[in-house]
Amino acid sequence: MSKTLYDKIWDAHSVTTRSDGQTLLYIDKQLLHEVTSPQAFEGLALAGRKPWRIDANLATPDHNVPTQGREQGIAGITDLVAKEQVVTLDNNCREHGITQFDINDVRQGIVHVVGPEQGATLPGMTIVCGDSHTSTHGAFAALAQGIGTSEVEHVLATQCLAQSKALNFRVEATGSLSAGVSAKDLILGIIGKTGTAGATGHTMEYRGSAIRELSMEGRMTMCNMSIEAGARAGLVAVDDTTLEYVHGRPMAPVGAQWDEAEKAWRDLVSDSDAHFDTLLEIDASQLAPQVSWGTSPEMVVGIDSSTPNPANATNDNDADGWQRALEYMGLAADQPITDIALDRVFIGSCTNARIEDLRAAAAVVAGKKKAKNVKQVLIVPGSGLVKAQAEAEGLAQIFVDAGFEWRAAGCSMCLAMNPDRLQAGEHCAATSNRNFEGRQGYGGRTHLVSPAMAAAAAIAGRFVDVRDWV
Amino acid sequence: MQSFEQVTGTVAPLDRANVDTDQIIPKQFLKSIRRTGFGDNLFDGWRYLDEGDMGMTQNERRINHEFVLNEPRYQGAQVLLARDNFGCGSSREHAVWALLEYGFRAVLAPSFADIFFNNCFKNGLLPVVLPAQEIDRLFELATGPQPLELTVDLHKNEVRHAQGKSLGFSLDSHRREKMLQGLDDISLSLVHADEIKAFEAKHRQRQPWNFGQH
Repeated sequence: MSKTLYDKIWDAHSVTTRSDGQTLLYIDKQLLHEVTSPQAFEGLALAGRKPWRIDANLATPDHNVPTQGREQGIAGITDLVAKEQVVTLDNNCREHGITQFDINDVRQGIVHVVGPEQGATLPGMTIVCGDSHTSTHGAFAALAQGIGTSEVEHVLATQCLAQSKALNFRVEATGSLSAGVSAKDLILGIIGKTGTAGATGHTMEYRGSAIRELSMEGRMTMCNMSIEAGARAGLVAVDDTTLEYVHGRPMAPVGAQWDEAEKAWRDLVSDSDAHFDTLLEIDASQLAPQVSWGTSPEMVVGIDSSTPNPANATNDNDADGWQRALEYMGLAADQPITDIALDRVFIGSCTNARIEDLRAAAAVVAGKKKAKNVKQVLIVPGSGLVKAQAEAEGLAQIFVDAGFEWRAAGCSMCLAMNPDRLQAGEHCAATSNRNFEGRQGYGGRTHLVSPAMAAAAAIAGRFVDVRDWV
Repeated sequence: MQSFEQVTGTVAPLDRANVDTDQIIPKQFLKSIRRTGFGDNLFDGWRYLDEGDMGMTQNERRINHEFVLNEPRYQGAQVLLARDNFGCGSSREHAVWALLEYGFRAVLAPSFADIFFNNCFKNGLLPVVLPAQEIDRLFELATGPQPLELTVDLHKNEVRHAQGKSLGFSLDSHRREKMLQGLDDISLSLVHADEIKAFEAKHRQRQPWNFGQH
């Protein structure tokens, strides 16, 4: 019987069916960070259990590490509660012998940047992490899912996840993206169509010419935001682009084992007649750069559009939701997106903090200066290694010359658990993934955009169409 | 895990779609390394008029009297009535811990986000999916002159109240059984430890590159 890519990975990892009907799915890799793991380790200890397979785990602190004063290591964390969490991760990893890239390690970074960068993420794997953006790793044709803390403990104890199989969702992105339009715009455009719950209960597979033309960084951006459409996992089939990225990574196989792996990985594509339960088609060539105007990622429009008018909503729920979002965002109905002035700009996060994202931003910024009305532009690379590479390529200097702040790696102002955050009422152009109320700081107003759009907004002081700049 | 058999209590209506876990428990409270201490900060950004942080006590806070959970008639509510896609966003299980610690034992909605829905069953919070028109009707009753008292009965798979017919709901039999008995998920899986070991040995032969040492 023909299979989708998801079916293939699922079948290759199904151990057995539990007495309650759930499948035990073997997990190849668990990524750990400081926020969702302490209670799992505590639960394990309380039950007198040990991790099933130590070398299946890889840890790094990312959510609440500061992006300044990092030369001081742990001592540089001034928030004592946050410090306890980072120290707890250190202790848990030391106690169990789990590999960790700690706060002082150049390989530290956002867990979803670190995994692929190190080759810890490999095609065909099952991967979990106590973080909903684990879907990122699906770019490598790995079945990667975000899980809760009880499940983190479950995977530590059993090396399996107990779950029922999801449905198959096929996204067909035809055509090619225009210059200045990126993977971020494509995924925002897709979420604008599906809504934030449109793919609930599904695993999404992104296909079509526009996807094949994307770099691995772009594919990671796409898969990263699958959860914003409601899907626990997103996937892209293996091709040469995948293999070229993985080859030579520190944890990737070498020699004869690479050859064997490559042969197996080449089969990580959906069969041509495989059945999908749901289909969405999008013409990438027609897509404008996207900007979110509201408090949910589905509240997104093209840069050449305006905010919606609740009077035009087709149902009461939308009308109420739009009205509440416009009020929170301090925007009027039918307001042109290019009218929105920015107070801060954030370029970073597991969605858009890889080297290609920084290059795209730097290309827009080179030789220009931050607008006066923009108080702060934070550039937060996804890992210590991305930071080093960007410095070596001269990108960091371009940002500093423009009046931007060049910071150390972490989740930073994507969720503002560390000291980087918005003040109430401030508008921020952010390359992150969520524009929920207060996400980037209490009362803060987030607009989700691509790195190039964020960079152009930092220079212009308001949203502009970056297609006119490239 | 605490079991769930039957709960009777007041219904608190939260009339918003797409309530995300950032709203249920904002990020500043996730710095705790414990599973408890989240109840006072459930819906923190909506319940209070000032910005909260860890370590603040409730009497230091400015209460938002406009927010539904702060209305006197909904105090002590054990059932939360919600709209579509409740619990979307972050995987933080702290959202479920906060709802439980506040006093909720069940959430009724037309649909839930996957990870949140799953997390509920690990902790004894029962998410009940009901048709949108039934949820609409419950909102009418819950916002009426008298608070709505309602029973969620997992033995009978039904929701019932004095002001209308009882509503059946469906739930996977495996999830239902686990909730009724309060079963420990890890113990259920470890019954299969030998099968996991056997699978692992074969898997290691088939895909040895997935077993590289760090």
